[in-house]
Order: sequence, then structure tokens, then C-alpha cells
Amino acid sequence: MKFTWFHLMPYRFLPDDFKDKYRSVWVDIPRHLYDPRLGHQLYNEYLDQLEFADRMGFDGLGVNEHHQNAYGLMPSPNIMAAALARRTRRANLVVLGNSIALYHPPIRVAEEFAMLDVLSGGRLVAGFPVGTSMDTNFCYGEVPATLREKYHEAHDLIVKAWTEERVFAFNGKFTKLRYVNLWPKPLQRPHPPIWIPGGGSLETWDFCADHGYQYSFLSYFGYKAGKKVADGYWGVMAKKNKPLNPYSLGFAQVVAVAETDQQAERDYSPHMDYFYNRCLHVYDGFADAPGYRTLTTIKAGFLGQVGARAALRREGLKWKDFLDGGYVIAGSPRTVRDRLRDALTSLNCGHLMVLIQLGSMPPELVRKSTELFAREVMPFLRDLWNEWEDKWSPHPLTENERAIPASLDDSSTETNGRYNSALAGENRPAK
Amino acid sequence: MRAQHQIGGGRWQVELELCGSGDPLLYLHGAGGLLGVDPFLAELSKDFKVIAPHLPGYGESTGGELVEDVVDACLFYHQLLDDLGIASTNVIGHSMGGMLAAELAALDVHRVKKLVLVSPAGFWLEQHPIPDPFAMDLPELAAHLFHDPKSPLAQMFTTIPSDPQQLADMYVERTKRLTQASRFLWPIPDRGLKKRAWRIAAPTLLVWGESDRLIPPVYAGEFASRIRNCRSVTIKHAGHMVMYEQPEEFVRIVRDFLKG
Repeated sequence: MKFTWFHLMPYRFLPDDFKDKYRSVWVDIPRHLYDPRLGHQLYNEYLDQLEFADRMGFDGLGVNEHHQNAYGLMPSPNIMAAALARRTRRANLVVLGNSIALYHPPIRVAEEFAMLDVLSGGRLVAGFPVGTSMDTNFCYGEVPATLREKYHEAHDLIVKAWTEERVFAFNGKFTKLRYVNLWPKPLQRPHPPIWIPGGGSLETWDFCADHGYQYSFLSYFGYKAGKKVADGYWGVMAKKNKPLNPYSLGFAQVVAVAETDQQAERDYSPHMDYFYNRCLHVYDGFADAPGYRTLTTIKAGFLGQVGARAALRREGLKWKDFLDGGYVIAGSPRTVRDRLRDALTSLNCGHLMVLIQLGSMPPELVRKSTELFAREVMPFLRDLWNEWEDKWSPHPLTENERAIPASLDDSSTETNGRYNSALAGENRPAK
Repeated sequence: MRAQHQIGGGRWQVELELCGSGDPLLYLHGAGGLLGVDPFLAELSKDFKVIAPHLPGYGESTGGELVEDVVDACLFYHQLLDDLGIASTNVIGHSMGGMLAAELAALDVHRVKKLVLVSPAGFWLEQHPIPDPFAMDLPELAAHLFHDPKSPLAQMFTTIPSDPQQLADMYVERTKRLTQASRFLWPIPDRGLKKRAWRIAAPTLLVWGESDRLIPPVYAGEFASRIRNCRSVTIKHAGHMVMYEQPEEFVRIVRDFLKG
């Protein structure tokens, strides 16, 4: 069983009356609500948390892309991954991911992911989401009718750019390039593992099954509601005679650990409320542009995760309801352990994206929950799926092959952790 | 009378509203599509042979994926007219249909006899941004489309069926239509008409509802300044859905223009 500590990086300081006063946390949220001085603190606080998760033994550190919103402050998750590449040693960088239809030419994504893979010594997981409707259609102006076609073309180009050794021409409908020649190319061969984050579109299952990609279901309705999606995915895999390898399914789950069940409620309840009622407060008109989801998905009755209908499902839910409904797995280490084991077994899931920092949760609680999870929960679930091989994790360089960033001490003349006489002594090259 | 036509050697199966006889009159609907009961078309069919196709991707019309941009749409209308044996025709276009009608008239000046643009899309004035109809719920949309959002007409427009199956069907059809419309209107309803409008040679009538809150009447000036032979009429007590809101006056004005 593998665990990725996933950060959404929310803005923690929305006013109490946010939901009543403003129509949406996304797209047209007033800019005056963002204070860049607090933003400075937040980015650093959040990177500290991810770095701490690395030290606590999580397998992956997760970041993702969203635009014009207070739900997640990472228009470019690659910048966060770059910061983490230098300050972490062990954990994989799970970038879930870049919305590849948004970049012209999409070769930019191939380049940045290659840079991250090289910089981190081969620790990158490359995620290719379509992106939410808010992000793609409303913030970035993508025409709903062509978004998915563009996504698939971008995917084909990026993978070919990673794997093709020779210069090639690409004559796409949306992108035309005479000379594709990726410099640098990724460290992992043939390319970093590809995970496809989805919100429940039927076509994504086929896409993952056909390409052998990992499917990551990112939902905030928890494992009980997620069961329908997981079953749908495994159904497609079975129909296509693919192995039902648990590591080919990722799942995001909100988790909160405290000393006791009662303490968990006291500690985390207000922050859950902040998350569900402020961070997910999306104006219905922005939730689902016509054409964003395909008719097949709509007819299959899969609901979107934000907007009026989603909000209605959560209306008036209290802490106990969030627990009973499986939205949140919270409590003492024992409770969380038992619940998670049931959830992961029922979903047949080998890659858990643990959402620990949520909404307004302050750093001391994040640290406590992370530490308790790492010490008292994670080790007890490690044995799950031992009989399966994880084919979707990165293959980094060995410790010996890795560069070591210099210390932050100004007086130091070290590079790569080793004393460099050429730079320090008389033999310094002339400028 | 509703008819199905194979167009372009079967590339499209098109659902057409066909009624009346006389001079042909092609009607290009807006993003919402034809309502099915469009009294102003029935009224115009007393003097004209009205041809109102559902744009591919709308209703039962297939081949939406072949109509991806303005050029595709114009070629589709050309093919439709070719297959119906119509050399030249009067054209009315409403909103998105107005944009396409203007494009058609600019691309082939011989095909369009007279042109009526009803609250047409196609231009963008920075000082007068057009609100985003794709991000509106039904009541908000009605408030932008109708002079009187409380009128029975507007109420009918915003009423959703209580039967879950009917509601689901309506949602699917609405999604289909607006997805196709997004090719022309998303995110800004400007596909370069301002570069081509100078070509329009057909005598042109602009019709605007006085309280159009979707595409404000100030846009009439923009069209009038770019189309050579053009005049403009504003109808009182009407909004963006002017031909539904004031059908009698609308039909009278259009008929006089086309007959004149």
C-alpha cells in the first residue's frame, strides 16, 4: 500500500460570511479577499508541511493545478514541485497534474515535467487531468465542445515528445510544430509514470485502461460515494481483460487523526466545515459548462462535485454525517486504521491520496494529524496488496547517483554537498 | 411542417421546419434553438416559403461535429440551399443565428437577397461587455432575455418539467445545443465578423428589442456602421427574445422590409 500526502493549498482566511456574501469561491471571487502577505506565509507553511510529510515517510507528495480560486492556490503546481525537488530527498513528486489542453503548445508541459524529473532525480509522477470546468472553460476560456479532443491531442504530443529519440514534425488539429525535439528529456525511461486524475467521466476509464495509466479518482464525497466510480472503473478493466491491480487505482480521501474520536471532532470539525462550505462554494453557473461532461457521462447519472446539486447533497450535514457518509475518515488512530482498511479493500485501491490539511486547518493540527497518521496508521496498512507489483511509481536514481543541494549557509562553498576546491581556492576561474 | 432532409450526400441529416410558399426565407435560430412552436414563423409563412433548419447538433439534426466554426456553418447553409434548389434567399438570423447570417451574407454576396439581423451576436465592444449566458441559471437567463421576466412567456421559459425523465431529456437536449453553440460563442461571441462585414451587400434590417439585456441595443450602432445598406429598428416592450415578445410588430416590420 502506498500513501501520497496531498496538498490542495487552500486560502485559509476567507471571511465567516463568505458563503452569504459572495456567489463563488472560483472564477470571479473578489481579488481583494487575497492578501499576498498572508499568501507568502501560506505558501511557506504549506511547503513546510509537504517537506515534513517527506520526512515522515510518505511515498508521495501531491500537488495540483487550479485557477482563479481560494480552494487551491496553485495555478502552477510545477513551481511547488520544483521547490520540493530541492528540499526533499525521498518522496515522489506527484503532480496531479497539468491540465494539458490549456497550454499552447502543450510541449511546454512535456518540457516542464522533464525538467522536474531531471531536477528531482527521477521522482516525478506526471498527472494529466482534463481540469475542472471552472478552470478550463471559465478561467482559461477553452471551448467546451473541443476541450476533450484538444486534451487527447496534447497527450499524444507530450508522450511522443518524451519517447521519440529523433526530431519529428507534429501536424495536429490544434498544434502544428515542424521541429519537436525535447531538451531536456525526462530521466525516467520511457517516461515518468502517468496518472490520470478524474472526477468520474466514463471516457477516462477507457483511456486509462487502453494506455495502462493509473486512474486517480479525486472526490470529496469520500469512499462510500466513490465506490460507484471505482466499480465502474474496475468493470471497464475487467471487460478489457486488464489485471485488477490495486495500484492502478488512486483515490483521494479526507483523513483526520487525533488522540481520540472525541478529540478529532473538537480539533477538525470547524475546518471541515470551512472546506465544505467555503472552499467548495462554487456558483452553479460555473460548475459544469454545457459540453464539459460528455452526454454519455451525463446520461449515466454521474453528478458533478460542485455546484447546486452537489451542495444540496451536503446541505446541513454535521460532523457525524460526514463520518457516517464516508466523506471524512476521522478519529483515533485505531478508528482511522479500521475504516481505511475497509475503504481501501472495498475500493481495491493501492494508492491513497491522503488529504490531511483541509480548509482553514492551522499548521499545528496538520502536523499532529500527519504525525499520528505516519506513526499509528500507515504502518498498519502497509501490508495491503503485498501480492501485487506497483507498476505506477517512479524509478528514481539511487542515493549515490543523486546530487545533494548545498546548504543554505551563506559562508559555505560547498556544491552537491562536497567541498569544491576549484571554487573555493586560488583556482577560481577568471570572470 | 417538420421534415427530415439528407444534406451533402448524407453528411447531415437535418431537421427542417418548412412552411408556406412564395419567396424563400431562411431562418437561422439563436443558441437556444427553435422552440418548436414559433408563431412568428407561422405568421411569416403566409407570405414566404419559410425554411428553418435546426443547426447540426440541435434537435434531431446530426453532424454537429462537422460544423466546428463559422466557415463550416456557412458551407452547411450553402449545401442546404443547394440541395433544396434555392439559388438566392432572404435570410433572418437571431442572436447566434444573426452572426451566422451576417457571415453567410459576407462570404457570398450573391446568395443573400435581403438580410434581417435580430439582436445579432458577432461583435464585442469593450465598453459594453455582453454578459455570459453560459454561466446563468434559468431565472437569471430569463432576466437577460425578456423585457418582462415575470411575463407568462418568460415564466414558460423558466419552468422545468416535474417529471424526472422529461427533466433529464430536457437537460440532455439543452447540453447538446449549448455545446454546439459554444463553438461560435465561447468565451467571447466574436469570431472575426468585423473583418468581413464590409462585404455584406444585401439590404439589411437590424431589429433590436429596446430592453435587450443580453446584447444591448448599443450594438446596433456597431452593425450599422459596418454594413453599407443598413437600417435599424428598435421595438418597445421587448428584450432579446423580441420576435416572441412582440410577434405582431416584429412580423409587420420584417414583412414590410422584405416586401418593400
